Formats: sequence, C-alpha cells, structure tokens
Amino acid sequence: MRKPEILTPQSQEKDIILRVDGLTKMFGAKKPQAREMLRNGRSKEEILKKTGVTIAVDDVSFEVERGKIFSLIGLSGSGKSTVVRCLNLLLKPTAGHIYYEGEDIAAYSPRQLLKYRREHISMVFQSFGLLSHRNVLENVAYGLEARGIDKKTRTEKAMEMITMVNLEGWEHKSTRDLSGGMRQRVGLARALANNPDILLMDEPFSALDPLVRRDMQFEMLSIQEKLNKTIVFITHDIDEAFKLGNTISIMQDGRIIQTDTPEKMAQSPANDYVRDFINSADKSQIYNVRNFMQRPSCLVRQKEGAQVALKQMRANDVSSAYVVNDRMKFMGVITLDAAFRVRAGEITFEEALINDMPSTTADTQISDLIPIASHAKFPIAVLDDKGRLQGIISKAAILTSLT
Amino acid sequence: MTEFPEAFSVNIREPIDNAIDYMVGNWGGFFDAISKGLRAILVQVRWVVDLVPWWLLLLIVFLITLKLTRKPFRAALYTAMLLFVGMIGLWSMMYATLTIIITSVIFALLLGFPLGVLVSFSDRASRLVRPLLDTMQTMPSFVYLIPAVMLLGLGNVPAVVATVIYAMPPIVRMTSHGIRHVDKEVVEAAQSFGSTRSQLLFKVLIPQAMPTIMTGVNQTIMMAISMVVTCSMIGATGLGSEVLMGINRLESGRGFAAGIALVIVAIVIDRLTQGAMKGEDTHAEA
Repeated sequence: MRKPEILTPQSQEKDIILRVDGLTKMFGAKKPQAREMLRNGRSKEEILKKTGVTIAVDDVSFEVERGKIFSLIGLSGSGKSTVVRCLNLLLKPTAGHIYYEGEDIAAYSPRQLLKYRREHISMVFQSFGLLSHRNVLENVAYGLEARGIDKKTRTEKAMEMITMVNLEGWEHKSTRDLSGGMRQRVGLARALANNPDILLMDEPFSALDPLVRRDMQFEMLSIQEKLNKTIVFITHDIDEAFKLGNTISIMQDGRIIQTDTPEKMAQSPANDYVRDFINSADKSQIYNVRNFMQRPSCLVRQKEGAQVALKQMRANDVSSAYVVNDRMKFMGVITLDAAFRVRAGEITFEEALINDMPSTTADTQISDLIPIASHAKFPIAVLDDKGRLQGIISKAAILTSLT
Repeated sequence: MTEFPEAFSVNIREPIDNAIDYMVGNWGGFFDAISKGLRAILVQVRWVVDLVPWWLLLLIVFLITLKLTRKPFRAALYTAMLLFVGMIGLWSMMYATLTIIITSVIFALLLGFPLGVLVSFSDRASRLVRPLLDTMQTMPSFVYLIPAVMLLGLGNVPAVVATVIYAMPPIVRMTSHGIRHVDKEVVEAAQSFGSTRSQLLFKVLIPQAMPTIMTGVNQTIMMAISMVVTCSMIGATGLGSEVLMGINRLESGRGFAAGIALVIVAIVIDRLTQGAMKGEDTHAEA
C-alpha cells in the first residue's frame, strides 16, 4: 500500500516502486559531530581528519520506476555500492528514507525486513557470493530454502531458473567447477528464484572478461524482457550503464550529480565530470561484430537437402536455416516456405536458396552495420575472407549494442 | 645490580595457594561430582574402545586410509605400524591412551567449538577469550597438573581435565578464525536472501568455515596426544606411564618402545584426520 503523502506529482504519472530520499551513510563512531560539520559545509577530507568519520553517501535521492532498469554509475569509492546495500538494509542508512511501495524500509521490524528480503528484493554480487560447499541447484534454491519452502517445490522452481539461465545439465556440479560467466548465471538464477520485484545488481559483470560480459548483458536484457523485473544496476562502466539503463544516475564522491535517460545525459551533461565520463565511453565504444555474433541455431549442409532443413527448422522452432557446403562456405538462407516448395517438387534446392543477402566480417564495427541491419530480413551472415560462415549477428544484437 | 628491590615484591603464590585450598575445602562436593561423572564417562569410552578387537582396528585403519588416499601402500604401511605397536607388547597400553585421548578430544570439541562460534560473533568475547587462550597455550603444561591433582586426585580423571584445557585453544581459535574469514559477499548474499541468524550460522558460516575448523580439530587431537604423556606424572595410565616408568627405572628400552608407539599413534591419527579433510575438499570440488 502506498501512502498518499509521500507521492510527488511526478511519481503519480510514473509507477515508482522504490524511492530514495536524502539517503546518507557514514562509517565511524562520531556521526553526530560529522553531520554537524557536514551541515556547516565542511569538506569530507576535513571531516574524516577531525572525526574519523567517512561519508560514503551524502544526501542521495532517486526514484526507480517499476519494470525499468535504473543504473547507478560511478568510479570506485563513489559510494554506489554503499547505496545499493542500503536498499536491502545490508547497511543501515545514517539518515534519509528509502520507500518500497511507499513503505519506509528503515522502519521495518526484523520480521518485516526478513519478508522484504525474502519476497521482494534480491541481489547479485560482483564476486558472485556463491556457497562453495553447495552445488549449483542448492545455491539457486538457497533463497527458497531460507523461506522454508519444501524441498520438492524449491527444486522445481530452482530447475526452472537454471533452465532460464541456460545452465541445465550443470545443476549437480560444484560451483567451483564453473567459469566466471557460469557462476554469475548461478548468481542470477539464485536471485530470480525468489521471484522478487526488484533485482539489485552490484557490478555483476565486472569480474568477467569482456566477451562473457557482453553475453551476460544480452542475456540479462532478454531475461528482463521476459520477467519484467525492476533492476537497480551498479557499474563503473559507462558503456554498460548506457547499454542497459533506462535511467542513469552518475555518482561522484558520495553524491548524485545527474539523473537522466541515456540520451538526455549524452545531449546535455550536467557538468564537465559527466561530460568527461561520457566522452570516455565514446572512445572505448569499439564494438566489433565478433563480440556479438552467435552460432546460427539452424545450420544445414547443402547436400543434406530440404528434408533435413525442414526437420532442423522444426526442431529449433525457426523459419529459416543457414546453408553451407562441405567446406563451411556460405551458400545462402532457405526459408520454411521455400523448403516446403522444394519438397513438393516445385523448385530445386539450389533455386530455393536466398544468396543475395548482405554479409559482414567479424572485425566490422557494429555501428557500420546499422544501415544494413535496418533492411535485413534475416540475421546477417558473418563470413571470413574465404567466404566461410563464422556466425550470424541478429538485428536485436546490433541494436542493443548501441542503446 | 641483579638484585631486584625488596620493596616492590608482591607475593602471588600464597593467594593462589589459598584460592586452591579454599576450593578444595569448600567446593569438594562439586569437584567430587565432576570427578565421578568423568570417571563414569571414561569407563564408557574404554568399554567402547575395548569392543574393537586388535584385528578389527587394523582392518578399520587399512580401509579408511585406502578410501581416503586410494594408496594401498600407504594403507598397508599405517596398518603395519599399528601392528608393530601390538608386537612390542603395548597394545592394551595404547588402548588406555586412546581412551584418554578420545575422551579429552570429545570434551575439548564440545566446549571449544561453541566457544569459537561465540568468539567469532562478539568482539568483546574475543577480547576476553584471546589472552586466556594465549595463556592456556603458553603455560607449561606441567603447571595444570598441580591444581588438577589437588582438586580431582590422581589418575585418569585429572589427566582428562588437564588435557582438555591444554588441547582446547586450537579448536576455539580455528573455529573463530574460519567463521570470521568467510567471504564477505557470501555472508551478504545469505543475508540478502532473508536468512535468520541461525540459518546464516548453520547453512552458511559453519559449512564455509569447515576446512579451517577441521584443521583446528586436527591440532586439538595432536595437542591431546602430546599432553597424555605429561599426564602420566599424575597417574594417567597408558603409554605415557610406560615412558615415566622407563625414566624412573632408567630403562631406555622401555621408554623408547613406548615413545615409538606414541609416535605411531600420532602419525596414524594425524594422517587419517588430514586425509579426511582433504577427502572433504575433493568431495566438494567434485
């Protein structure tokens, strides 16, 4: 239930699930003294020296819209991880309020807090935070176990999540046997298993190498589309923030400098710090096709013919297949319709192949593909210099890489 | 100037003597009860140990080593070493020693493990307990024998008490160290999913700290083994008393035979517990 008095006119239009108001977090013993000095406009360095109090977060306010990705970006030490830990009360705010659906979570009783953590909010960690003495399944089921859900139900639910993050077959492996990317899939599945409204992600992909990171970003977007969760995403990577966030807040020295959509922020940065931040992104924004291409789900050899192509398309639930010759040279795409016509004897298999479609190479920059992508009917074939098929890149991958 | 000024002298001997005397005089019933209880437990443990015939113990050691290390040679070696203890006529002495070790280790773990958990949670408890542990570990082990004898008499009972005190620090320390050093994000993760304190402790902290805790268990056992020899001076039976007799009668052979037997017991137990730790590790990784 939302309390009417905390609604601002703005939040009536938007559907706000989480509202942070004047959040301040200090570490150290002499907090009242530090707060007094802060009120008198003393610098953080001076306060630290005099009182030994570190001001990690200083009067931060923002709103998170339901079903959207809010990304909080800042360099290390800017206080972003502290903010996110206040949202589920892993850290207790020194001052300020956090409203979840209009309820002030700092006023929660211990029992209410448990319920909040068990049912409404969950978290994904930078170094995964997995329980190394448990296997994948038991890790994913941990949140359900803490809630006291019976073993059969939680195993079912956990398996569902494991399937969603594409880890089926690994459920009985120890987490120590997994690669970084796979471990974070476990972390993601574990966070989703409780079916929370809000997902807190504290630099979830920073520990992963760049290729895996892009995979995971893509996967997270597709999962978010499917489940429509609200996500608070912490990162120090401006590209990642721009790619994933519907709204972005930039933090510096414990304060939020600007909160905006990525487009508005790029157009009108609040100050030089933000401008520099965004510029640094442009320079590093070198996305190659290689980083986004996938294996075609349906690959048929020319000599296998229409029958096999049909069978494969049916098995993979797609309406087109990529056709190669024995040396993996790309011959063209065959659609479901055309394959049926070949089977009916109306045309030959070779005639059915569409081969006047655009192709690209693995080292092409994604941004160069946009004009091609906009008219492409199929995912674009990625070929090497001998015309062999290396992978395909979908329109969705091209477009999401640029948001 | 090696003379320390007389004026500064403080007498701490008498107060300690008085305190012990007071305890002996006034809390006799209490210590009698402890003594009776411990003696009963010792009898029980001995009864269980005696259930194992010599060949069964050898077989158990062989099979466990084989299972833990998968090395038949090593299993055979440990078995042969134990067999040797029997061959030099010290089998029943070894059982007597094992009885004291097992009883002491059980008590040390029962007291030390919860204490370690407590110390890991509370900084105040930690500040209180740490110097106590340091004292317990550095105090020459003979010193414990005097009050133990005065309060509990001679025999295996004071030996168990002195051994428990001497062997407890490692399990307390390692338990608390292990729990305190569980990865911070793992703890945060457990909390963020709404774990209660006891869920956090039993489902996350203790299992995650288990390798360190097992190291503590191993050290506690080793300390107990070394202490039972010392305890022969207050009448503990077993291999230690053989060593003591060897000293008293100047019989090197007797002393060394018992000493070798003790070394063998220590090696076998150490390797078995370490193997169990590694076995657990590989199991977790598999």
